[in-house]
Amino acid sequence: MNNAINQPQTILVLGGNSDIARAIVGELSSPALKTIVLACRDPATADTTGFAEHVKVATVAFDAASHAAHAPMIEAVAAEHGDLDVVIQAFGQLGVDAADDPVAAAQLVTVNFAGAVSSGLAVAAQLRKQGHGTLVVLSSVAGVRTRASNFVYGSTKAGQDAFATGLGHSLHGSGANVMTVRPGFVRSSMTEGMEEAPFSVDASVVAEAVANGLKKGSSVVWAPSKLRGVFGLLKFAPDFVWRKLDN
Amino acid sequence: MNSERLALTGWGRTAPSVASLVDISAEELTQAGALDRLDHSGRGVIVRGMGRSYGDQAQNGGGTVVRVSHGEIAVNAAQGSVRVGSGVSLDKLLREIVPLGWFVPVTPGTRFVTVGGAIAADIHGKNHHVDGSFGSHVQQMTVLLADGCQRSLSPTGEYADLFWATVGGMGLTGIILEATFSLIPIETRHCVVTNERVADFDTLIEKMIASDHLYRYSVAWIDLCATGPRLGRALLASANHASLDELRAMNPKHATDPLAYSPPKLPDIPSVVPNVFNKLTIKAFNELWFRKTPKLQHHTETLTGFFHPLDMVGWWNRLYGRNGFIQYQFVVPDDAVDTLRTIVEKVAAHGHASFVNVLKRFGPGSGGYLSFPTSGWTLTIDVPAGVEGLDALLTGLDEMILGAGGRHYLAKDAQLTPAVISTGYPRLDEWKAIRRTVDPNGRWASDLARRLDLL
Repeated sequence: MNNAINQPQTILVLGGNSDIARAIVGELSSPALKTIVLACRDPATADTTGFAEHVKVATVAFDAASHAAHAPMIEAVAAEHGDLDVVIQAFGQLGVDAADDPVAAAQLVTVNFAGAVSSGLAVAAQLRKQGHGTLVVLSSVAGVRTRASNFVYGSTKAGQDAFATGLGHSLHGSGANVMTVRPGFVRSSMTEGMEEAPFSVDASVVAEAVANGLKKGSSVVWAPSKLRGVFGLLKFAPDFVWRKLDN
Repeated sequence: MNSERLALTGWGRTAPSVASLVDISAEELTQAGALDRLDHSGRGVIVRGMGRSYGDQAQNGGGTVVRVSHGEIAVNAAQGSVRVGSGVSLDKLLREIVPLGWFVPVTPGTRFVTVGGAIAADIHGKNHHVDGSFGSHVQQMTVLLADGCQRSLSPTGEYADLFWATVGGMGLTGIILEATFSLIPIETRHCVVTNERVADFDTLIEKMIASDHLYRYSVAWIDLCATGPRLGRALLASANHASLDELRAMNPKHATDPLAYSPPKLPDIPSVVPNVFNKLTIKAFNELWFRKTPKLQHHTETLTGFFHPLDMVGWWNRLYGRNGFIQYQFVVPDDAVDTLRTIVEKVAAHGHASFVNVLKRFGPGSGGYLSFPTSGWTLTIDVPAGVEGLDALLTGLDEMILGAGGRHYLAKDAQLTPAVISTGYPRLDEWKAIRRTVDPNGRWASDLARRLDLL
């Protein structure tokens, strides 16, 4: 159960090695936090260190592409650790070669989009059953308007984003909430070595935005927040301008 | 029976969860199989009174929350007692019994609590140092257990353990269906009240120790905005029920119909208002409140004016805006005055703007396993939930309170941790063991119970 100041007791991270998710968990950490469950493809590789001392850190096997396993996994985690107060959907791949490789592209869709849908629905069913809890979906501005340089990734994020906001509407009145997070370029191990885009931020900025959004009960959060205005304009930029910006 | 799925909160309007809220009569509730039907989700059942607990006590996310509809009121004038259905509010009860010359043995700061809730939270009032808590006055109660059977419980009878696990048990041992408890005889609907301005914390403590026993009712309102030499300045209110002779002498125009009882009511606060409490408004309010009271005042007040002034404003909790508020109440032993002073200093220094700050001396506890009141000092503060640095302040206070051998009030809690509760309530494990004997399959559940690992 969240307490009166919106501090969660139990957090589940889908994609337990995500730098952004770990920063969010750090931001949500308080004396009230009891359990963190890190769901990773290989639980043995999960880094269970670096969290507050009083918190129990558990791991569970989770493969975003194994869609059939998602619902049983979520149920098992809730049965073992109690109600899920915050679930962070943080897995995903960049798929740098996807534009030239149809199979790799389909694989990316399977992980980033189909995996988000199947795990998102499984989480939603659990939160609906509880009558409370929030699913935090790490979307991306890459999905707001897709670019030539990463349009396959961007399209998976567009799908995930549309799914998440729609899921939020469908859960209205159930006590469960969905918060869609749209970060820009985030400096993390996933983007290491890549050229930074304008408005690049560290994971901590995303984490703060998420924590504030949870306090306010926001349905959509941008990080940094000025991206909301920037993309409000860029969405309507003529194609030739948009292509130029991508170069 | 009427059922609706909706988001519920406590009076503090924090941490909502969605449950099936079912209004049901005691007759329907006790029919065979009723509890199985109510618990269709498998997330358990909790009973809710008027929703005046401050946190998640009467919430059950994903499960069922039942409200037992009004029951009978049967006054036994010869015994000085009343037998009441658990869904009856103190408001309804007082309207019935005050004109007959009786008052409830214990009332909190609001009449809008049910008898069932009063027992389940083992509520206290301004007379705790003399009369103890509500549970101390209960002679018998009938409880619906998880298996659908009813059991009659009394404080010293065969099921005394279950009685004392139910008093203060937050509804987690069963649903109280009806109770018999003693009443206080009164001659008028007035109190003789002495209000006194007290300059600072030390004088307040001295005065309370020196004068408490002279009055049935005693409470101090503390200005927690005041610091330095004015730290802990307060208004001390002490009272007894007014006899007819006293009322004739002090307030003759009200002595013609001395037991007439019709509490006044101002308009409700609308449902959407911003938080009006900030450092400035609270400071101004505290200053005004302090100054408006004469240095020493001896007069009569109505029962409503003395006991339930906030009830005149419907939905006053809405004044805290959408983030809601936390009411934080603890007790520390009589000899922990230094701890109490440090806490008052810390709260005042934090400058977080607390509106209702009440200091009261408790007498001995009732014997309930999870009953809150125990000999010592109890301080209540309330704070808007969105205030910056609130968790750090309260966590610091928790440590000091537990270090002094104190504890926190479950009926008000909305942000404590299981460790704080288990340290403050050393009989928690005994209570859990008793609870499990009557609810082995986890029929009863609440958000509070989940949050604090009570089951």
